[in-house]
Amino acid sequence: MITLKGIHKSYGERDRRLHVLKGIDLSVAPGEMVAIMGSSGSGKSTLLNLLGLLDHADEGEYLLDGKEVGRLTENQAAAMRNRKLGFVFQAFNLLPFKNAVENVALPLYYQKVGRRERNKRAEHFLELVGLSERRLHKPNELSGGQKQRVAIARALVTDPAILLADEPTGALDSQTTDDIMDLFKQVHGMGKALVIVTHEADIAAQTERTITLKDGRIATDTAHEPAHVSA
Amino acid sequence: MFLLDSLQEILFTLRQNKLRTILTAFGVFWGIFMLIMLLGAGRGLQNGAESGFTSNVRDSVWLWTGKTSIPYQGLPINRQVRYTEDDIEAIRREIPGVKIVSGENPLGSVNGGDTLITYGKRSGNFGVFGVADDYFSIKANLDFHAGRPLNAMDNAESRKVAMIGTLVRDRLFPGENPVGQFVRINGISFRIVGLFYDEERQGQASERLYVPFSVYQKTFGKGENYVRIITYQPKPGYDPFEVEQEVVALLQQRHNVAPEDRRGIRSNNFVEASQATEALFAAINAFIWFVGIGTLMAGIVGISNIMMITVKERTVEIGVRKALGARPRQIVAALLFESILVTALAGYAGLVCGVGLLELIQFIMRSLHIQNDFFERPEVDLALAVQAIAILVIAGALAGFAPAWRAANISPVEAMRE
Repeated sequence: MITLKGIHKSYGERDRRLHVLKGIDLSVAPGEMVAIMGSSGSGKSTLLNLLGLLDHADEGEYLLDGKEVGRLTENQAAAMRNRKLGFVFQAFNLLPFKNAVENVALPLYYQKVGRRERNKRAEHFLELVGLSERRLHKPNELSGGQKQRVAIARALVTDPAILLADEPTGALDSQTTDDIMDLFKQVHGMGKALVIVTHEADIAAQTERTITLKDGRIATDTAHEPAHVSA
Repeated sequence: MFLLDSLQEILFTLRQNKLRTILTAFGVFWGIFMLIMLLGAGRGLQNGAESGFTSNVRDSVWLWTGKTSIPYQGLPINRQVRYTEDDIEAIRREIPGVKIVSGENPLGSVNGGDTLITYGKRSGNFGVFGVADDYFSIKANLDFHAGRPLNAMDNAESRKVAMIGTLVRDRLFPGENPVGQFVRINGISFRIVGLFYDEERQGQASERLYVPFSVYQKTFGKGENYVRIITYQPKPGYDPFEVEQEVVALLQQRHNVAPEDRRGIRSNNFVEASQATEALFAAINAFIWFVGIGTLMAGIVGISNIMMITVKERTVEIGVRKALGARPRQIVAALLFESILVTALAGYAGLVCGVGLLELIQFIMRSLHIQNDFFERPEVDLALAVQAIAILVIAGALAGFAPAWRAANISPVEAMRE
């Protein structure tokens, strides 16, 4: 599904250049649920941005679905993000002036799907995340957990193969965190690959594989049984 | 179908920012509205000043006579000078700078208005003028409501025909077409061939009848060939003041008037007045354009500001949209389309309101019969107004393009971090 080979990434000007990723080799199989851990500054967000085609690597190869995607043009990357990837952010990043259905439907707008069809599919995914009765509410009328559910529905609406989540529970309390993690497991059950960046060990423990970054390199890469958290 | 969808998406975002949208739109609306009011007011002033003018060509020169005030070549002072038809011929022959020369003889006083005209049982006192060939090439700005002007054949064949003004028609032929009818001038019958309106002196110059010169001389001129007033138009390319001096000198010489005598041969040159007013119009126009372009520039600056604020405010949104698959071009297109839609609609509204108000002013002035020499028929050149809107729309789009392009091309991660 995803294969990274020898990925390097630096930021900043010449004399103050920050080498963030120093040769990452990684592959994620279809339907796998992976956590990326690491302390702040370890490069985990950068890695996720590269995986999400939100940024370019300086060096190395990125194969997505067997195709080299590391050197795509901005337009090609946009199309690829739209069709193959779903994003979930810590800050939810819903558009404040759109209601839940319209937020979920937005990625379909960029696929030129008609309004009626968009809303139909959006409502289906809102139902899936359990927010049908809140479908006409604006983000400021929703709780944090509800917002993240809307965001997950939005990530799923284009039926991508991979979901990328950046600290998806970072802004949520523990009860809500558990709910969201249950939802992620449900998504995983649908056969999607999931990559979750987190700094919380108990989040990582609920996945099947934990990759730890340290200083721009992969320190550990362990497969394990997902821990069950009692609700 | 998808275009309609995009339009809905844009209208949707515009509705979210009602105040900003309204402020931008109002700026553009006001710019165009004021520009149209300015252009209309300028045109109104110009029309007003022009109607205070005459129905003659702008650069006509009129010559009349007086009594000599300086003894010359043994002749005494207080001698009345009188032009003859030969003077017209002499000017035509000897002054190369004269394009058209003609003359008129008023029956009674110089301004006319005291000759009895009758038609059946109706009658009134009007001015009667015998006019030489080419007269209507100098009094060129008459409106013909019916019939034709007098022509050279009327003069050559001494036809007893007349052109009458609309005020004469109103008195003698209320509600009738006078052309083809016969009126009596001092008891002599003339067939009416033309009906004219002369806007000079608020239409009072339409209280006149014009008859061919030859007929006038025979019937009212007691067989003499005197001409009370000579008029000419200088040729383009000649200095009108020099031509005037040459004509006056020729007439002085033909009538034995001292060159320094200002009384015997008198002239009135409209060139001076027309040059002065033309300079005034040019100044008014320059002022209007100065203010108008200033207004447009203010509008453009306003639009660019709003565009920059819009883009800044929506950086996060742009980042999210990009992460969800929007292409840079789609982002730029949406932002620009928004600005174009707002400016074009607001500009159009300004155009409609501006033109509407000008029409209303005209309507009120017409229905209340407000007439003056300062302001008349405020109008605006529609093509010009549309161009102004186009400039505003294009400038707005150009001004918005740079920030929109920058925003659309920053990485979504950075945008969302804002």
